[in-house]
Amino acid sequence: VQEKEELIEEWQPEPLVPPVPKDHPALNYNIVSGPPTHIITVNGKECINFASFNFLGLLDNEKVKSAAQASLKKYGVGTCGPRGFYGTFDVHLELEERLAKFMRTEEAIIYSYGFATIASAIPAYSKRGDIVFVDEAACFAIQKGLQASRSNIKLFKHNDMADLERLLKEQENEDQKNPRKARVTRRFIVVEGLYMNTGDVCPLPELIKLKYKYKVRIFLEESLSFGVLGEHGRGITEHFGINIDDIDLISANMENSLASIGGFCCGRSFIIDHQRLSGQGYCFSASLPPLLAAAAIEALNIMEDNPDIFRTLHTKCERIHKALQGISGLKVVGESFSPALHLQLEESCGSRENDAKLLKRVVDYCMSNGIALTQARYLEKEEKCLPPPSIRVVVTVEQTEQELDKAASLLKEAAQSILN
Amino acid sequence: INHIVHNGGLYKRPFNEAFEETPMLVAVLTYVGYGVLTLFGYLRDFMRQWKIEKCQHATEREEQKDFVPLYQDFENFYNRNLYMRIRDSWNRPICSVPGAKVDMMERVSHDYNWTFTYTGRVIKDIINMGSYNYLGFAQNTGTCQEAAAKVLSQYGAGVCSTRQEIGNLDKHEELEELIARFLGVESAMAYGMGFATNSMNIPALVGKGCLILSDELNHASLVLGARLSGATIRIFKHNNMQSLEKLLKDAIVHGQPRTRRPWKKILILVEGIYSMEGSIVRLPEVIALKKKYKSYLYLDEAHSIGALGPSGRGVVEYFGLNPEDVDIMMGTFTKSFGAAGGYIGGKKELIDYLRTYSHSAVYATSMSPPVVEQIITSMKCIMGEDGTTVGKARVQQLAENTRYFRRRLKEMGFIIYGNEDSPVVPLMLYMPAKIGAFGREMLKRNIGVVVVGFPATPIIESRARFCLSAAHTKEMLDTALKKINEVGDLLQLKYSRHRLVPLLDRPFDETTYEETED
Repeated sequence: VQEKEELIEEWQPEPLVPPVPKDHPALNYNIVSGPPTHIITVNGKECINFASFNFLGLLDNEKVKSAAQASLKKYGVGTCGPRGFYGTFDVHLELEERLAKFMRTEEAIIYSYGFATIASAIPAYSKRGDIVFVDEAACFAIQKGLQASRSNIKLFKHNDMADLERLLKEQENEDQKNPRKARVTRRFIVVEGLYMNTGDVCPLPELIKLKYKYKVRIFLEESLSFGVLGEHGRGITEHFGINIDDIDLISANMENSLASIGGFCCGRSFIIDHQRLSGQGYCFSASLPPLLAAAAIEALNIMEDNPDIFRTLHTKCERIHKALQGISGLKVVGESFSPALHLQLEESCGSRENDAKLLKRVVDYCMSNGIALTQARYLEKEEKCLPPPSIRVVVTVEQTEQELDKAASLLKEAAQSILN
Repeated sequence: INHIVHNGGLYKRPFNEAFEETPMLVAVLTYVGYGVLTLFGYLRDFMRQWKIEKCQHATEREEQKDFVPLYQDFENFYNRNLYMRIRDSWNRPICSVPGAKVDMMERVSHDYNWTFTYTGRVIKDIINMGSYNYLGFAQNTGTCQEAAAKVLSQYGAGVCSTRQEIGNLDKHEELEELIARFLGVESAMAYGMGFATNSMNIPALVGKGCLILSDELNHASLVLGARLSGATIRIFKHNNMQSLEKLLKDAIVHGQPRTRRPWKKILILVEGIYSMEGSIVRLPEVIALKKKYKSYLYLDEAHSIGALGPSGRGVVEYFGLNPEDVDIMMGTFTKSFGAAGGYIGGKKELIDYLRTYSHSAVYATSMSPPVVEQIITSMKCIMGEDGTTVGKARVQQLAENTRYFRRRLKEMGFIIYGNEDSPVVPLMLYMPAKIGAFGREMLKRNIGVVVVGFPATPIIESRARFCLSAAHTKEMLDTALKKINEVGDLLQLKYSRHRLVPLLDRPFDETTYEETED
């Protein structure tokens, strides 16, 4: 007993958190005073907003705001309970119906937080022993969902269908050795419609072919492509002209095009209904505040009534994509119709820290001249495949052609003076 | 029977917590009930398979029938055969503000709960004993709503960016400074979802090589956060300080399981009020243990912030302790503040670290401005900074309501779990049939209650849970009590024999449970 006492006396734990250096780039946040709309005031300086994911400009829309005001007057702010215990409001049911109708699926389910949507959806279906094939460039929320599911994760190279097919064939060989186990092991492919980290689209038609050939289910994450791609904004399935029933589950967050908060999953009732009892972020968390649901419904109305904004957004994306080509020192990463682009250094200085510092100087130069940009932020130690440091450029329908040109020319100037 | 404190001077007030033993006859009948339901379940499944009975639930697509089945048949047995029958007690849709009285949309089912149709009628003025509205801030009129409306028209509803990029508004900074002042800590940080606060920040604080000691009945968000962190998890018996001390001693003396190296950090995860039991954590003893064994304490005050303590500052104030003793104070805004979201408060180094490395700050959208404004206004009201005594009055009203309601229910002869001062009141039902019956009978009498069964509670301990609110007037409570009395007689729910087992006498066994990630 004496020994034990001594051991207890001697043991010293590590400090709860290691100290963070004062000049750590992520420690000092930019403070935005006022609404983060088209004209944004960052750290006291008024700039044109090229950094918020407000693709359809609905953040400032008067109709959306008045719908939210009406909801606020009727319901107050919070819902005071999870969906199972008096937290289901008629606005939630209406939003779910509208989303299902818009995406032309049977059913939709709403979450109160965008990150939690895909992070709760994946572990509801994929358990220990199941196999998930996921793209290397998948976003952090997908990675956390996969970690929570405890399944076997197989990464395939970004957008490389040959690599994916190789992995699927390997798995098929494994199955033939152990057919009894193979009969109960579920398989999934998780891809994003428009990747947040690289700005390109996944080759969905080939994926569908692989799905039926190897009997794998597809989960599609459409946070950036919902409300952007496709003739009516229905996302990448409309863009490629694919039958929506071929995709098992579509998950998206409402925080980009719909300018609200939260997320949703849609698909056939057979699949979606399961999440109502086993989606952790749905059952154990308070429901979405009704004013945000009302704002999302109104935003959907606007999207349905004005299908030409998607065309306008495409033209603006193409314009800036072309204007940003040929900047010495910076290369554009992303498809020409993607509204969220990355600008990476053509040649790295050697260390990630120095690259980030250089990019920060470019961003500061642009901010002091009236264009608000931001660096893409990652958790360096936690990401599976860390993308290189980059500047995020976001295109919205509210930006005029002069503003697009001004941004491009400022970036050219900055690159000239800082990177050369 | 008053629970006499050991560790004499640690408790400044009597700590009355009781969990009456399940009567033997009731336990036996409950098992029999479940047995009968299971048999019928097998029979029904058999009939559905042989197409004697129509298959009502959704099925797989024709083109995908040869894929590996998405759900195991057995997983859904409980869902298909037991849950489906009483499904109308949950997910009840409402169409008014979730205050003390609420309007509910009427729904009927013509096929035993497989599908619902809305009749279009609205059942008005149901006394709401199910929403987490402890201080009554779920209002659609008043200063909070007006302030939120102003901010909504100025800032809009969404933010469209993360905290570290361009989503950090001046409103967020204002909120965080206010939270720090409210709790009495150096600094605080706010997040958009309470569940995500736990599941995204625990992994940022502990990792492999650390030990997490978690209470048996912790919430799913704490369990998920602990799992995602990759640390070793050991579970101690609910609110049992000997179990916790034993685990702490063993951990320091023996070190990590295979390598015997000392643990890097030990983190104790507890909640302020446990929402299914109604019990309050024994905070003075936990803090004494934490100091003795040099571990860190993570306190989840989801239900207790605003609801306990003479000025609503939570369980730390309730026991008269120093907030600086709790390393990480976490809580949510959904329950007592009538908004949504969560926060973490603590020392400045902790919050600086979380600002840099928390998953939520980097990848998740920041909080919506009108929601932030609601929290600011309601918090100022509770603190008395808006110049009125409304906040203080509400806190006192809640405490009175709690004491009155619990006393009356105990007098009637129901078995009530939990601490005398906790506004969460679980009333035991035990038998599966009574779960559905209680919910429906109370609704007929215009009272909305929450009933819970397996898997949220152990299989024989299903219960009804009342959440009291400062918005409930004495008349509403009296009406509710009268109806509960009626239904209690109708369903024979008055099991109590007034034999309260003091908590210390519960036998404490030597088994410990460990969960590791491999």
